[in-house]
Amino acid sequence: MSPSLSHAAPAQVRPEPVWKTILESAAVEVFEMMAGVRLDPIQITTEEPQGDRTAMVGMAGALCGMTSVRCNAETARKLATLMVDAEAAKNPATVGDALGELCNMIAGNFKSKISSLNDRCMLSVPTFISGEDYVLQPATPSEGFNVALLYDGGQVWITLVAHS
Amino acid sequence: MTKLRVLIVDDSSVMRKIVERSLRQAGLDLGEVLEASNGVEGLAEAQKGKLDLILSDINMPSMDGIEFVRNLAGVESAKGVPVIMITTEGSEARVVEALTAGAKGYIRKPFTPEQVKERVSVLVGGNS
Repeated sequence: MSPSLSHAAPAQVRPEPVWKTILESAAVEVFEMMAGVRLDPIQITTEEPQGDRTAMVGMAGALCGMTSVRCNAETARKLATLMVDAEAAKNPATVGDALGELCNMIAGNFKSKISSLNDRCMLSVPTFISGEDYVLQPATPSEGFNVALLYDGGQVWITLVAHS
Repeated sequence: MTKLRVLIVDDSSVMRKIVERSLRQAGLDLGEVLEASNGVEGLAEAQKGKLDLILSDINMPSMDGIEFVRNLAGVESAKGVPVIMITTEGSEARVVEALTAGAKGYIRKPFTPEQVKERVSVLVGGNS
């Protein structure tokens, strides 16, 4: 986290319904600009994100919580291939790095679109998880939402969780 | 025109590749492209010889990009070399901090090759 956070605790900002659309738009932009591919939003058929590859970025300041990107291993590999190349994307570490950077940029792009967050919410470096047998349980009461995008038949879930 | 010798500092190898590709897509005539994964490694690379351009992430382990730029002032071979910060940070305070430390500009991620060209061409003159 940035050391500048230590100067003062900014007023907490609560998630608003419009944020879901903003998050979706931020994610589509990131995939388009950094992976060169247009992902289409899809109707969510389940409320639980699915996939065995997850990248997370912590958020602190006016909004405390995290943003995550989750998909299956094959979709993660395909996205990494778009960002680097097929040979490099054979390395699981590169796939994790790519998904982490996508998550980082989505979180950054999202907060840059919300004036009450842009200058007052900091991001952590990304964390990458392999495996799907886990449950995310925030330490404090929280609220959040999911959006889902489709790439080459694979779902890409973007989740925002905010401590309330 | 002499080929540019560039240093890219980012803890993500994927981002280093993307930045290099964007520089090429922006039309820069790149020569040697050096890479470092944090500020400490970046300083070591900068000491190895004259560079034409440095691009650095801000949030990195070991030594972040702002500290890296501050320390570059003490590296003889890096004097006068333009540094551009590449970051997801939307925080104006962090950007100002980087510029005050000595960076000449910044590019916010996500970015397009056109945005990279716009920022870089001002600093490296007629190479692009």
